[in-house]
Amino acid sequence: MTELASNGFDLVLAALILGAAVFAMSVRDLFGAVVFFIVYGVFVALAWLRLGAIDVALAEAALGAGLTGMLMIGAVARLARNTGPHGEDDSEEEAQPPVPSATPLAMRIPAMLAAAGVSVALGWAFLALTPAAGLRGPVADNLGASGVANPVTAVLLNFRGWDTLLESVVLLAALVGLWSLARDQDWGLRPGLRQHARANGVLATFGRLLPPFGLLLGIYLVWVGSYQPGGAFQGGTVLAAVWLLVMMAGLMPPPLVTSLRIRAVLVAGPLIFLAIGLIGALAGTFLGLPPAIAKPVTLLIEIALTLSIAATLALLVLGPPQSPLQLPSTPAAAS
Amino acid sequence: MIPSATIFGLCGAALVGLGLYSFVIQAHLLRRLLAFNIIGSGIFLLFGASGARLPGVATDPVPQALIITGIVVALAATALGVGLVLAYARATGRTSLPEDDAPCEPQERLR
Repeated sequence: MTELASNGFDLVLAALILGAAVFAMSVRDLFGAVVFFIVYGVFVALAWLRLGAIDVALAEAALGAGLTGMLMIGAVARLARNTGPHGEDDSEEEAQPPVPSATPLAMRIPAMLAAAGVSVALGWAFLALTPAAGLRGPVADNLGASGVANPVTAVLLNFRGWDTLLESVVLLAALVGLWSLARDQDWGLRPGLRQHARANGVLATFGRLLPPFGLLLGIYLVWVGSYQPGGAFQGGTVLAAVWLLVMMAGLMPPPLVTSLRIRAVLVAGPLIFLAIGLIGALAGTFLGLPPAIAKPVTLLIEIALTLSIAATLALLVLGPPQSPLQLPSTPAAAS
Repeated sequence: MIPSATIFGLCGAALVGLGLYSFVIQAHLLRRLLAFNIIGSGIFLLFGASGARLPGVATDPVPQALIITGIVVALAATALGVGLVLAYARATGRTSLPEDDAPCEPQERLR
């Protein structure tokens, strides 16, 4: 692409990103705002492609736009159900505050100035930094010893494996936190709301057609991550999406939160990663992978991590177990 | 002319400011979660673009790995945040915190 066309594309894309973000934050209809947020996520994934960070583009499209958008759409739907007009709406109960904020102009101006100040400071700091070689050199030097050819995968699973181990534990912690929000009487139930899909409708049909391709794509993304852009997180997200689609189409019920099998799958990834790290500690370095066996061990870690990530992400999107009928509760009865 | 990294780095800085403003101004809790996500992806753009500023060389892989970790953790935090907002709405019937009510309407503080 000529330099002018490349610049024009970047400027138009940046304008689209900012425009989608502004709409996502200002549109009155909450569902419309979430849709604009998904569009914004896709544009940001394109921006990552332009920056040459293809692994990040895959992750942003799958997680940032896809799963986060799905999470927010579910939240908007459930919120409408929980705060809709109640049967016993008394006059003393405070009216539902209107969605558009009534923040007066006197409060908006300082906030605008502060936010603009932060933006300008960040932009100025970004421009003032001299471009440096960063850590490309050390990564390139040690790439051969890591067993994989994709530098990002090598950093994620080998050089900075500690961060990835902690990240998998953080995912588990978020799921535990989410499940702890279930009410006591709902504990043994299945997470998420009951799905009703027409037997031969679009959702049920796609729920049968897409999963084989999704499975193939997810497994391929994990495998190819060793030498091309891809990896456990991107592949795990695709697998989570396949599982969510099958559950949403009503073809499979969500697992019981008390099920031992799903708990084993959830902890398998971090446990295997930690076990390999501890074995490495006995041999010398915690989380150290000797170059001779680095590639098969990395693959083993990736497979275990992919399964755990897929299960954890799908369960995070589903939410805590709740009973099918949401009875409205008045504020006086709460707490 | 202008390199891609500079354009998207400044775009990331602008997104952080936009997200901050929306986070402060909006009272609805789900909109605050959207603003939080926009701040996060703005920070990631800023960070990732700073690793792509050398022309002709591949993008620095270490910021890329950190950003992928950040995207996953942001999703986990958003999921937990959504759960908290829905539990709050189920318990109180509200979608915003009491201290964010419009100042011209004095509210009865229900215990």
